[in-house]
Amino acid sequence: MAFLSYLISGLGLGSVYAIIALGYSMVYGIAKMLNFAHGDIIMAGAYAAFFAMTAAGMPLLAAALISMVICTLLGVTIERLAYKPLRQASSLSVLITAIGVSYFLQNASQLMFGSDTKIFPSVLSGSFSLFNGRLSVSYLSVLTIVICVVIMSVLTLFINKTKTGKAMRACSEDKGAAVLMGINVDAIISITFAIGSGLAAIAAILLCATYPSVYPTLGSMPGIRAFTAAVFGGIGSIPGAFLGGLMLGIIETLAKAYISTQLSDAIVFAVLIIVLLIRPTGLLGKKVSVKV
Amino acid sequence: MNYRNLLKTGLAAVMAVSLAACGSSGNGGSDSGSSDGAGSTAALKLGASGPITGNAAVYGLAVQHAAEIAIEEVNAMGGTQLEFNFQDDQADTEKAVAAYNALMDWGMQISLATVTSGSGQAVAPNYAQDNIFGITPSGSSTAVIYRDTVNNTDPYGVLFQMCFTDPNQGTASADYLNTHKELGSKIGIIYRSDDNYSTGIYQTFKAEADKLGLNIVDTETFVDSDTDYSVQVKKIADAGADIVFLPIYYQPASQILVEAEKQGFKPNFFGCDGMDGILTLENFDTSLAEGLYMLTPFSADAEDEKTVNFVKKYTEKYGEVPNQFAADAYDCVYAIKQAIDHAGITADMSTDDITAAMVKEFTSMTFDGITGTSMTWSESGEVSKAPKAVVIENGVYVGVE
Amino acid sequence: MNVIKNLFSPKKRSRTISLLIVIIAYAILQIMSSTHNISRLLMSLLVPVCAYITAAIGLNLNVGFSGELNLGQAGFMSIGAFTSVIIAGIFNANGIEGIPVLIVCIICGSIMAALIGWLISVPVLKLQGDYLAIVTLAFGQIIMSLINNLYVGLDANGLHFAFVTNNMTLAEGGRMLISGPMGATGVRTVSTLTAGAVLVIIALLIAYNLIDSKSGRAITAARDNRIAAESIGISISKTKTLAFVVSASLGGAAGALYALNYSSFVAAKFDFNSSILLLVYVVLGGLGNMSGTIISTALLVVLPEMLRFLQSYRMLIYAIVLIAIMLISNNETLKTKAEQFRNKLGASKRKGAE
Repeated sequence: MAFLSYLISGLGLGSVYAIIALGYSMVYGIAKMLNFAHGDIIMAGAYAAFFAMTAAGMPLLAAALISMVICTLLGVTIERLAYKPLRQASSLSVLITAIGVSYFLQNASQLMFGSDTKIFPSVLSGSFSLFNGRLSVSYLSVLTIVICVVIMSVLTLFINKTKTGKAMRACSEDKGAAVLMGINVDAIISITFAIGSGLAAIAAILLCATYPSVYPTLGSMPGIRAFTAAVFGGIGSIPGAFLGGLMLGIIETLAKAYISTQLSDAIVFAVLIIVLLIRPTGLLGKKVSVKV
Repeated sequence: MNYRNLLKTGLAAVMAVSLAACGSSGNGGSDSGSSDGAGSTAALKLGASGPITGNAAVYGLAVQHAAEIAIEEVNAMGGTQLEFNFQDDQADTEKAVAAYNALMDWGMQISLATVTSGSGQAVAPNYAQDNIFGITPSGSSTAVIYRDTVNNTDPYGVLFQMCFTDPNQGTASADYLNTHKELGSKIGIIYRSDDNYSTGIYQTFKAEADKLGLNIVDTETFVDSDTDYSVQVKKIADAGADIVFLPIYYQPASQILVEAEKQGFKPNFFGCDGMDGILTLENFDTSLAEGLYMLTPFSADAEDEKTVNFVKKYTEKYGEVPNQFAADAYDCVYAIKQAIDHAGITADMSTDDITAAMVKEFTSMTFDGITGTSMTWSESGEVSKAPKAVVIENGVYVGVE
Repeated sequence: MNVIKNLFSPKKRSRTISLLIVIIAYAILQIMSSTHNISRLLMSLLVPVCAYITAAIGLNLNVGFSGELNLGQAGFMSIGAFTSVIIAGIFNANGIEGIPVLIVCIICGSIMAALIGWLISVPVLKLQGDYLAIVTLAFGQIIMSLINNLYVGLDANGLHFAFVTNNMTLAEGGRMLISGPMGATGVRTVSTLTAGAVLVIIALLIAYNLIDSKSGRAITAARDNRIAAESIGISISKTKTLAFVVSASLGGAAGALYALNYSSFVAAKFDFNSSILLLVYVVLGGLGNMSGTIISTALLVVLPEMLRFLQSYRMLIYAIVLIAIMLISNNETLKTKAEQFRNKLGASKRKGAE
């Protein structure tokens, strides 16, 4: 029973990682850049929702909407100002710029909101029990998992069934050819950033609902974890990011429960390395063969 | 091939920066300082370093703000004048050494040393070498004042602490739980394993608890990068702990309290001075902290005149209630002032003389501040003040025996 | 004359220039410090700058020449640093101090890092692109996590090791060299600017010798076109392993220099962010460009210290400067302008020669 209970909290943690990883993976797939500032957009989303709920007294859904709008605007603005001028530059230059943006957002929010932790309002409490009360599952974990599955399904449908989705796939495949086909690559990349950042807002709310502290460097660790999750599942793959996130959450929780809390970090990364050795492009990643 | 121009400009830039650095040495100081006019004496240069950017900024800012308030008050009294320079060290050993050197370039004569222990142990040998007196508000590790950290001997001699040392808190906590068995006899512990402060307290607590024969049923750890505490809380709960010792700072502690509430786990919780601040976390449901015991030297609710004045000023100026970091820093400045006044230290004395006089004063004087009364210091720099045990009742600290 | 011409021949030019930069900078700084014309702050930054330059040169071999994104270089610095703390501790206990300790530590630190780098390279180099990057990141995190739980003590009976919980009791006069999250304490500092400059020069020589060697050409060939390189019989894994191991050993040497410059430091210092910072130095200096790496490292380490007067705004400004540099250096219009300017300059020079 203890095992099941750990498994469920692992799933809860994993689905938060998964949502962040979805945003990461999408941006990577289309723009081919590691957006290290993604975690900090989550932080911005968390602050936006926090102030909407506490200072403005808004209900959760309105706060979520505000947070999504702010994150989307922020994401698109960053893309315009910092990443767009680097379309032709090497991917490493973009990576460094993303790190600069990440530092900027962290320091700006520290100056604006102070560095002390703020406690996120309780969103959904309570739990139900199974097996005659021997196992209790919180509504929040269930909600997180459900939202995660919904988002993944919608994203997959969007990418596979809509015209914009098709254009996105085309950009991801070959930008040059996409331009020749009359696709506005810049617009598609902006849309990708908008969606990725919007997702970040949802991730922020779920993250803070589960672990209710809001502080300027809130996003950096989940950001790295989500990056790991995205690679774990096969970067660029939407179901892969989902699976990678869940697996990472479960491994982390079980490692803490049964092996060592001190070494859980080392264990998670060791498992990642082993998985990549067996499947060099992640769990669901495509093997790219190069034609000569 | 075409790098040459770039190189030349680059090289020139390096040189320019270095030259600028030499030029600027000596006037890189910050705000808050000598209002000349009051008193005929020149201001003594008081330096400090701590994190004001990055993860640990909250502690550095608390110290900086409180010290600035205290210095303003001291300068307004006339007599001894202090000029303050606070440098950012990002709670990083490398940056701490840089910050120390920036302060020395400025001409630091007396120091509040560093805010964090890690930085403190990194610059301690520099203080000893340059023979500069320092009293740290909150660097509580023994490595800040002792060279030999195995036996806690061979003190640097010029560094003093306003806060309790970590081992001190560990043993005091174990002793308290030993004499207050009614709080619980099955002890669970959650501490942060990649943190100096937390492991320092944990290790001495464990040693003392073993000596006293206390029953520790489970010990769990977490690291800085953890966001999820559900496993630790569940394991402690499953082990049947009825008192949980949390030698950690208030931010993770608040998360652990939330998690325990979620899991319906309701033991007594017991913390150390790092727990102070939990009631002032923005939007924290203080009912979760109800019944939380802690050993802390400072309570923002205290009703003595000094504390009320300090808390009022701090809250007005910075919009938040000061925590123990701030309180310790405030006390540091006043303790320094007391020593300066008594020894008749002036700004034109050499640092060797100032340091000798300060050390002599600190090892002989008694100081009453807002984090304790009748404080004295040993020659090794450890403070002796009574730890106060408090329990949170109806959202405020209540002193307990 | 011919010697000089040879030194500035197209093949050797970048090597000579980068060495000259180090030597000239060293000479100027030495003069400044001997005439006390240098602030203590800047003086204290010089050794870490040398350490970071050495590590960045190593990383540049990896990222610039080999074309592998490495996000774990700080891990190798960490290995070198903590290895040298143990070795220096043993030496000091036996009454040996000073520069010989530093030399032995740097050698041992780099060997240890190279050894572990070699072990790691086996799984790492089986992967490509971002998968490779994440595995180096993972190893960096694992190294940090392990050292964070490592306790090493030294007494009359020799070295004592403990892991996760410190349960050792040391004999009289024993001391802790590494104590878990508290890190290394009581290190006797011996690193000097001269030692740092020498290390940077050695690192440059190693790097350029590797680049100009047969293996170096194989590495570049493998980077530019893996399949073509393989088809002419270049063993990709062998060349990449070589670059990776040399890079790791330079990281280790840098760590040793760094370690013996500070009396105390913690394992968490060498985290993901430090690896990223090293990467920033390399990218900003230009991939494969050693002189660029040296200059950008020196500037970026010194910059936040020079921004101290901004108080709590300094890291914000630092971030803005970083973004601005990336945008400006990649700006197409500016690039074309610079190109035109250079062409003009080249033309007038040629004219002058005639």
